[in-house]
Amino acid sequence: MTRTISIDPITRLEGHGKIDIHLDEAGGVADCFFQIPELRGFERFVVGRPIEELPRIVTRICGVCPASHHLASAKAVDGCFGGEVPPLAHKLREMYYQAHFIHSHIAHFYALAAPDFVLGPDADPAVRNILGVVGKVGLEIGGQVIRARAIAQDIQRIIGGRSTHPVWCLPGGVAKGLSTDELAEIRPLVAQLSTFADFSLQLFRDLVLGNPTYVDLIVNGPYTLDVHNMGLVDANDAPNFYDGQVRVVDYEGREICRYKPDEYRHYVAEHVEPWTYLKFPYLKQRGWHGFKEGIDSSLYCATPLARLNVAERMATPRAQVAYEELFAALGGRPCRALLANHWARLVEMVQNVESLQAFCADPEITSDAYRVVPQRITGEGVGIVEAMRGTLTHHYTCDEKGICTSANLIVGTTNNNAPIQMVTKKAAQAMIKPGEEPNQGILNMIEMAFRAFDPCYSCATHYLPGKMPLRVRIFRGSELWRELSR
Amino acid sequence: MGAGKLQVALYWGAACGGCDVAVLDTNEFILEVAKVADIRFWPIAVDGKYQDLEAMADGELDLTLFSGAVRNSENEHIARLLRRKSKLLVAFGSCAHLGGIPGLANLSSREAILATVYQGGPSLEPGSSAVPQTVTAVNGYELELPAFYPRVYRLADVVDVDYFVPGCPPAPAQVKSVLLAVVKGELPARGAVVGAGERTVCDDCTRTKSAKAVKRFFRPWEIIQDPERCLLEQGILCLGSATRSGCGVRCPNSNQGCRGCYGPAPGAVDQGAKFLSAISSIIDSKEPREIEAILGGLPDFVSFAYRFGLPASRLQRRHGG
Repeated sequence: MTRTISIDPITRLEGHGKIDIHLDEAGGVADCFFQIPELRGFERFVVGRPIEELPRIVTRICGVCPASHHLASAKAVDGCFGGEVPPLAHKLREMYYQAHFIHSHIAHFYALAAPDFVLGPDADPAVRNILGVVGKVGLEIGGQVIRARAIAQDIQRIIGGRSTHPVWCLPGGVAKGLSTDELAEIRPLVAQLSTFADFSLQLFRDLVLGNPTYVDLIVNGPYTLDVHNMGLVDANDAPNFYDGQVRVVDYEGREICRYKPDEYRHYVAEHVEPWTYLKFPYLKQRGWHGFKEGIDSSLYCATPLARLNVAERMATPRAQVAYEELFAALGGRPCRALLANHWARLVEMVQNVESLQAFCADPEITSDAYRVVPQRITGEGVGIVEAMRGTLTHHYTCDEKGICTSANLIVGTTNNNAPIQMVTKKAAQAMIKPGEEPNQGILNMIEMAFRAFDPCYSCATHYLPGKMPLRVRIFRGSELWRELSR
Repeated sequence: MGAGKLQVALYWGAACGGCDVAVLDTNEFILEVAKVADIRFWPIAVDGKYQDLEAMADGELDLTLFSGAVRNSENEHIARLLRRKSKLLVAFGSCAHLGGIPGLANLSSREAILATVYQGGPSLEPGSSAVPQTVTAVNGYELELPAFYPRVYRLADVVDVDYFVPGCPPAPAQVKSVLLAVVKGELPARGAVVGAGERTVCDDCTRTKSAKAVKRFFRPWEIIQDPERCLLEQGILCLGSATRSGCGVRCPNSNQGCRGCYGPAPGAVDQGAKFLSAISSIIDSKEPREIEAILGGLPDFVSFAYRFGLPASRLQRRHGG
């Protein structure tokens, strides 16, 4: 008799995400569907709005990465006005964005990923959270973590006026510049973040790399996929989060393609399945071939690890050292071990801090040339940034009065929709064996698979990266046979 | 679970998570909260079992902060469940309070939204015709998706709400003051807006104001904003005079106009109507045709007047949504 296992991360009634695992006659995994039941429809309701308002509307796609949407939107809107933006405005936006990355990476690493490593994957779920981490590492380190994230939020507020839901960017630049007083306020904060970035890398070495079980889990667990890598790179093929070209590299290290933002539609397309509200991006020139791994696959990851995989080097010296250490420890570049995303986040954080330091030292950063008034409406623009959770594309058109006529969004987590489907199935197959009683392990294994992606369905649809309440229901036919939860 | 500790839940409906980040942004205060409260359910930060929530006695939770609007039947179901389990249910943030930015979707039909997202756009798979369905048969399995409502509702449209905390997101200092008021039992009468001021954003703004006399309105892209002068006097739309205070004047401090996320000013029933009367009074003309021409420079007025509150507006109610 076939059986169905339903994993409702936040159950059907709670919405936001659901997994159905279907077993074959023998009790092995026949099929697996990760469904996203939510849609808000931003692409529709921004149509008809004045185009310059979009950067302050689309921030509400996600309150965890609002700056990513704000900046991608600002760049798309710049394009609608002919694209003239003074260099200082780009610098200020990029400076702001480094602080935003740091805030998000700290939140993810310490609040979401660290509980698995500090307390262990088998720890009691009741303590497997940030408060448990603070309990284990002590209030002093806990306080440092809270302080560092607060500083990253503060730097954004000082530069752009707000941290969550910025309203700062306008066509032709930004609405306010950076005063010398504000810069003086930021400098010591950046110095504290620099120390904290090093501290975090050392913590990772001590806690994870010092533990052979964890290293084995990263390298040999069921968390590798033979799909490709996407990320934004600068002119030296180093990662850039705010600007550059999108580069796609296969999992053996060969470049598949690279494109400028306004060429995206020739390289990426989105497949629709009727059983989920979330689309499946793929490499357009290869075509959609379903959820298939392999060197000919049209699927890719867009994650911190993917960004390091596509980058030939880092943009800053200390980050370069950290990058080399990561690939040396994990068997070279590119790396397919999805759990290494947690480490990659910390490597990126080092580059974020060094970039902030460079901007602070830039003599031009406090000058007044932060905005020009656009002279014409040209009607179309594409903006791409790296969101923390993947390459983010906003594409708008507007009429001659600057009223939005269309919007197309391919957001960070959405890029990873197919890989998340696939790794979910892999984890299920690794855990559910014919004739064996499914146990609590499946919950952890699948949850760790998701968490590597730091999926943000707030962005993609809805729910937050987080400690999702998991429920597995196992059916024999239509009869509820077993129920597991944590 | 500590004896005598406050039992607290945080949850989101159709939301972005910014309200949860606002709670995180109280920083070290979170550790203080943990001393006096058990956070029973907060999916972003704490493990919680959904069944535990279902199994709780009615009224077992002292406080639930519900962020997000009600977009589909799932949001409504959870809102009803949390209403039953909670002594105090707080509509937390603009979406729960007034419908928020997701409420702008009420300017479009459900069918138009689905068609835009799945049947158009420059990156759709060539030849694609699939659209998500409530029930799909795949390889003999039946997969279900919820259908969303034809419109967006605010929390109070579906359940009784005890208090309203405005803001997109609520300012962290206000989050702190609300939590302290709950702990100390110092809340005002049920139904009140808390975590906000009793004035307008305009009253809190320190920009210089003189006689307002506007001959032309500018769209934000058309002008370099003077950081010292009242934005409205510069002809730049700012909802400060129609909006409740408490945010810290954060948008004008970013050198941009207010869009009204803290909701109607105290005493005002409809934020958009209040705003319309405010801008009418500053137009420097008595000539109906000239006034019409001046106002004509403002496209899409509805998305300014009701940026965060379309589902709560009189306009929405008249059209029946």
